[in-house]
Amino acid sequence: MVELKARTPMAGLLPADVGALSLTELDLRKMTLLAPFQGQEAALSKVMKAKHGMEWPMPNRVTGKAGAKAIWFGRAQALLVGPVPDDSLAKHASLVDQSDAWAVVELRGEGAVDVLARLTPVDVRARVFKRGHTMRTEVAHMMASITRLGEDAFQIMVFRAFGRTLLHEVTNAMEGVASRHGA
Amino acid sequence: MRLQGDGLIDRNRRMTFSFDGRHYTGFDGDTLASALIANDIKVVARSFKYHRPRGIFSAGSEEPNALVTVGRGPGQEPNARATTIELFDGLATYSQNCWPSVDFDLLAINDLASPFLGAGFYYKTFMWPKAFWEKVYEPVIRRAAGLGALSKEAGTARYERAFAFCDLLVIGGGPAGLMAAWTAAQAGADVILADEDRLLGGKLNAETEEVDGQPGAVWAAAMRTRLDEMENVRVMTRTAVVGAYDQGTYGALERLAPDLAARTAAPKACFWRIVAKRSVLATGAIERPVAFQNNDRPGVMMASALRAYVNRWRVSPGQRVAIFANSDAGHRTAADLQAAGVHVAALVDARTDAECALDVPFFAGAQVGNTEGRKGLEAISVMRASGVEKIQADVLAMSGGWNPSVHLSCHMGGQPVWNPELAAFLPAEGAIPGMVYAGAVNGAFSTRACLESGVTAGWKALVELGIERGSIDVPGAENGTYEITPIWTVPGKGRAWLDFQNDVTVKDVKQAAQENFTSVEHMKRYTTQGMAPDQGKNSNIGALAVLADATGRGISETGTTTYRPPFVPVPIAALGAGGQGKGFAPQRFTTSHDAAVGRGAPMIEAGLWYRPSYFPKPGETHWRQSCDREVKMVRDHVGICDVSTLGKIDLQGPDASTFLDMVYTGMMSTLKLGRVRYGLMLREDGHVMDDGTCARLGESQYLVTTTTAAAGQVMRHLDFVHQALCPQMDVRFASVTEQWAQFAVVGPKSRALLEELIGHDLDNDNWPFMGCGPINIGGVEGRLFRISFSGELAYEIAVPARYGASLFEELTKRAEAMEGGLYGMEALNVLRIEKGFITHAEIHGRITAFDIGMQGMMSQRKDFIGKTMAARPGLMDDTREQMVGLRPVGAVKELLAGAHLFDADADAVSENDQGYITSVGFSPNLGHVIGLGFLKQGRARIGEKVRTVEHLNGSSTLCEVIDPVAFDPSGGRMRG
Repeated sequence: MVELKARTPMAGLLPADVGALSLTELDLRKMTLLAPFQGQEAALSKVMKAKHGMEWPMPNRVTGKAGAKAIWFGRAQALLVGPVPDDSLAKHASLVDQSDAWAVVELRGEGAVDVLARLTPVDVRARVFKRGHTMRTEVAHMMASITRLGEDAFQIMVFRAFGRTLLHEVTNAMEGVASRHGA
Repeated sequence: MRLQGDGLIDRNRRMTFSFDGRHYTGFDGDTLASALIANDIKVVARSFKYHRPRGIFSAGSEEPNALVTVGRGPGQEPNARATTIELFDGLATYSQNCWPSVDFDLLAINDLASPFLGAGFYYKTFMWPKAFWEKVYEPVIRRAAGLGALSKEAGTARYERAFAFCDLLVIGGGPAGLMAAWTAAQAGADVILADEDRLLGGKLNAETEEVDGQPGAVWAAAMRTRLDEMENVRVMTRTAVVGAYDQGTYGALERLAPDLAARTAAPKACFWRIVAKRSVLATGAIERPVAFQNNDRPGVMMASALRAYVNRWRVSPGQRVAIFANSDAGHRTAADLQAAGVHVAALVDARTDAECALDVPFFAGAQVGNTEGRKGLEAISVMRASGVEKIQADVLAMSGGWNPSVHLSCHMGGQPVWNPELAAFLPAEGAIPGMVYAGAVNGAFSTRACLESGVTAGWKALVELGIERGSIDVPGAENGTYEITPIWTVPGKGRAWLDFQNDVTVKDVKQAAQENFTSVEHMKRYTTQGMAPDQGKNSNIGALAVLADATGRGISETGTTTYRPPFVPVPIAALGAGGQGKGFAPQRFTTSHDAAVGRGAPMIEAGLWYRPSYFPKPGETHWRQSCDREVKMVRDHVGICDVSTLGKIDLQGPDASTFLDMVYTGMMSTLKLGRVRYGLMLREDGHVMDDGTCARLGESQYLVTTTTAAAGQVMRHLDFVHQALCPQMDVRFASVTEQWAQFAVVGPKSRALLEELIGHDLDNDNWPFMGCGPINIGGVEGRLFRISFSGELAYEIAVPARYGASLFEELTKRAEAMEGGLYGMEALNVLRIEKGFITHAEIHGRITAFDIGMQGMMSQRKDFIGKTMAARPGLMDDTREQMVGLRPVGAVKELLAGAHLFDADADAVSENDQGYITSVGFSPNLGHVIGLGFLKQGRARIGEKVRTVEHLNGSSTLCEVIDPVAFDPSGGRMRG
């Protein structure tokens, strides 16, 4: 009997600390892409609320709480993060397992906003991009999803295969930011 | 020499620097220019064309003369302006454009030849013989005339790019900019205040005047402290805003302070893209020179610059200073010099009605007509109605008035407007959406007027931002008037410089006009005035005034040349920061990457992916040995190959079947559950876009595969078709390329290998050719597809990517135990060429289904994307180039992809072209090279001889045209 060993996208690469900034891998357990069928958004939202405790997210927003979230993931798409989707969701939407498709990291520490300013062309100032806000954008030429987790904490997702490039680009930006801080 | 007094330098922090290898000292706060002046260095550069000695001319980024090279080796930076280089301990600088040295430059012989070197001289002189221009004349001219050079070594310095956002961007931190930023910040707006200097305050740091009862520099420093303390303000010093672009985007170059830049991992500079809802242009004005004979001698400099050197840095370039001005600037300069203890030899005021309250030799209604001296100024000639008087002086401070720094207002096509009262061009209203003007750039030339206009501009921006404004007190300050008598040139016979950087004189501009280059843009290009690093910051207006005079037009009518970004030079390294090495493009690695590299496989790029080209075994010294072995291994035993890079798209929805019928040429709705079908997609223009497989995983769920190269294109195409052409269809799709690690298990022993692995019977009844379904591998849910890209009995096995590396090792181990093993892209390519299977080498964009013999796959029973366009006349024509196989039959056994095909006895010229080769490989199974290519009427020419010619290396091979399927034409092995 063969036994296959699992390996996370950033295994052996993270954590990485630069000055006050840290980059760690996040294990979101289950990730399922939800795309409601025609006219099913409201019905889907209702089922999501009943089964997983969160509503269908508006564009650039996250619903739910730690452990069970729905992250807006593009036009008419959201990523259900945490729970295994209840079968009843499949009546209203296509469900596609993406648990292995994305490298997920958390950038944390004072100056995290400055690090992102070196990686992505969108506005992540606190007054514009608040906790619970998310976006699909570009990070150093890679398609990415960025979500604000806290004052100085962000979740960054890129395709699994881009993990090493993400590490290279983010730590590079972290070093640039860290070099300006402190004595 | 260094003067007594405080200035804005820190005398407790002494710094050592070098210029041309000699060591000097200066203080923290100095620029290279002020430190050179403190050390009595007068000649710092040689001019562009005539190699005339040149000294420091200004105190800002407009400096035309004092260009130096900073550092040596990979980080060497040429053409840096000494006036903007901050002094730091260990700074090493070098003069440029001189040989052997800046003090003794043999190329100064050009100056003696100046009568022959005027505007356009080389256009007229170096015309014959024709071939000489490129080979002789141009290299010689370029060597003799020029600027600094790069080291040609790869740079090691680090640069950054970054984005910033704000409500209001204030460009320039002088009195106007400070008040604009303060006004907006007080009201709560998000403000970025950028200034190219290390200090905020602008001219206040260079003058002796007071603001709010304090010295100007002290007031500015206090303002900075207050702004720094505010959360909604970001002060960016050492940051030059270099361009204004669409939608409120501004480019800015930030140079890090030397002590910061010296830190490990710190960038030298950062190129910012600042997106601002509104902006205030408060860039001030640049003092303009007057053109008179020999006005380029070291020691001649701008009056405001001299005041800056004396007041801010406490240095004086000489001991006997003469002043030449046409406004009160001269009087202010004389007063500052006297206060600093520097002797004023003469104050020459061009205004006839001027009066002087200072105790200095005063010449009203006079002009300076010439200078004397060799490597430094020794005397000036003052011209009065009564005659010419020679006065000894080692410095001449001149002022011809002020040119507002309108540059950024013109970056989107705006033309500045001439104001005759101020004798200056002012920015045109509304030239940049969202930009308002404040201070000297808009003609407010007194400090009080600048402060007031800053508040007004801040208010205006707040109104447009919808932010309520508060009340702001405007501090008290000097509120003089600007009375100027325009003076551009002083009559005389000799050369009078307009553009110091490019050695353009009044005579050159007049000559351009004479030769009918009367448009200011033509004059610029004929004379080279206003080109190169300084972009004519202090010469453009003077030159166009001379042109206006020479052509009998007004200044307004003559107009300015086009101001373009960047305002100051920006290193390409900053614009492209992060793009070198790994930053050039993202790298996409499969889950088996480490294992492949660990086995010594050279990796090749496929799109952004990295794939192994072959797996060398001990003793194999050439890739062909490895490739041949791997091909035979697959055909005889079993081979493993990571195929995760192929695109995988999950389709679901009630209309999934209908949608697939629309995008594929073939019928997919009839596909049975658990079966796979080969499919072709066309572009809307009827040409082949991609090929791949389509597997039916459920009643309304399919898995579409694409080639590695076209995965993104197919996904985009599906999105387009769904959103734009078939929005009524209820279908959803998602890329699952990254979710699944997928491996091809190929060869006669593949079935046995997999049966053992998954413990499932895989004979033809249980798992037929083109069958698919879920499997379980030790508790992991996977998928198995029986598809073949090699013509062998073959499968593709998929597991969630987290198990990819583990499964790869397992498959490899098992294959090796069966005399099989890994194979790479080279072997994969040979295997598919042997079978005549296409890749994007064949479907390269100009190919129709007909060309590759797949016209039969274009369903007659339904419509599909590209169907109508594929039926256009000529696209299904027998005379088209059609895919064939080729094998050498003559003495030469080589085939090269890219070679063209000709009839065996025809000349290899384009009129006789019959087609071309797209793919070649050595087939160890057939024992010779085979190729795929396209040949006119190819399918009807099987058995004919053609000649292939590769014109680049001249190789020529006689070939027989064969069927594209060279190996196992019946397909028995694949279905086995």
